[in-house]
Amino acid sequence: MNEPVRPIAYRPDVKGTHPPLGFAGYRSTALRHPSKPLILLPQRLTEVTGPLFGAERVQPGDDDLTQFDGGEAVGQRIVVHGRLLDSDGCAVPNALIEVWQANAGGRYRHVNDQWPSPLDPHFAGLGRTVTDGDGHYRFTTIKPGAYPWKNHPNAWRPAHIHFSVFGQAFTQRLVTQMYFPDDPLFFQDPIFNSVPDEKARARLVSSYDHDVTTDHWALGFRFDVVLRGRAQTPFESEPDDD
Amino acid sequence: MTDVGPTPSQTVGPYLSLVLPWPDGPDVVAPATPGAVTISGRLTDGAGEPVPDGLIEIWQADPDGRFDHPDDPRGAHSYPGFRGFGRCPTDEHGQFAFRTLKPGALPDGGGGAEAPHLNVSVFARGLLHRVVTRIYFPDETAANAVDPAMRELSADAAELLTATERPDGSLRFDIRLQGDDETPFFEI
Repeated sequence: MNEPVRPIAYRPDVKGTHPPLGFAGYRSTALRHPSKPLILLPQRLTEVTGPLFGAERVQPGDDDLTQFDGGEAVGQRIVVHGRLLDSDGCAVPNALIEVWQANAGGRYRHVNDQWPSPLDPHFAGLGRTVTDGDGHYRFTTIKPGAYPWKNHPNAWRPAHIHFSVFGQAFTQRLVTQMYFPDDPLFFQDPIFNSVPDEKARARLVSSYDHDVTTDHWALGFRFDVVLRGRAQTPFESEPDDD
Repeated sequence: MTDVGPTPSQTVGPYLSLVLPWPDGPDVVAPATPGAVTISGRLTDGAGEPVPDGLIEIWQADPDGRFDHPDDPRGAHSYPGFRGFGRCPTDEHGQFAFRTLKPGALPDGGGGAEAPHLNVSVFARGLLHRVVTRIYFPDETAANAVDPAMRELSADAAELLTATERPDGSLRFDIRLQGDDETPFFEI
């Protein structure tokens, strides 16, 4: 029971990296954000460990969203690739990435999406892939469309792809959204603009990657996902009184 | 080493159920596992209304208090079918349920012990970042009292983090995102 297990903690993210939980511009936060301050929980074993999901959660074809139900999705075919890293620059290898998105017309294949843009019979809008030994991932999809929502008058979500990653520790768990460069809808989107730090916000935007763009096939976009790091030696993590 | 800025969190939005729920998500252990316990509850908002489009994830040690993970140098004993992780979307009533094994106590890194607990992440439309809480066990009064996280809390907060036992032996843990009886949430 009392073995000397001294976890090496992950660094807190720089202030301004993540959105505040209460953000008036995004109305759905009003009744869903805690009103009391968060309590600091020092990281111990449960926090520095986590589920290590990888290839066993991915089926062949899960990384190609353009093929569904015997046909090909409508839209601008794109390849999205990048690396899953921690903030020390270390790759997160063999790690599951789950993505979901709207179709080319901005419609999700979900019972609650009533936006009257047609469903695409050949686009389900979900994908899974796994990073390689260097943290690289890649999937093929179509560029999602923008879509309206009811947050404020004439509100439109910029085109985006949802990403869910685990990293290697409970502390690193992250769900985010990837956007596309130069989207004219950024200015009015409270979800994108909820990120306080401008440089951090810019990291949500993929970059066009002509090296990955394939002639007569697909446009390439690069999006790196960076999780909390813990550049620290074990010595530094030991208590002073030991 | 290169210092790279971390990627900000964004909300899961209303359509997380397209990919995040797994058929075996709520099964931290396989259905017929001896000693399995059900932990279930309801996710509600600041008006007491159910949150029907949320996702709850749990992460926990095995019954020996160990993790099958490189950062637990002790290594894990063998509990066939035990994954340590569960995820469950909330239903139209805000309800979620997991089947798991009760974790053991854990070394706290300073010569003491952490009481058996589950780490919980809550995701939902309207949450720009996950919120994190813990579930402690009602039959661990003595261990809970000296748990390093619990002993920093008020008695009310500690009670809110302790599941309650139903007559059928299952455990109940409700998560209230906001309000007077708001669940205590942690920054990690």
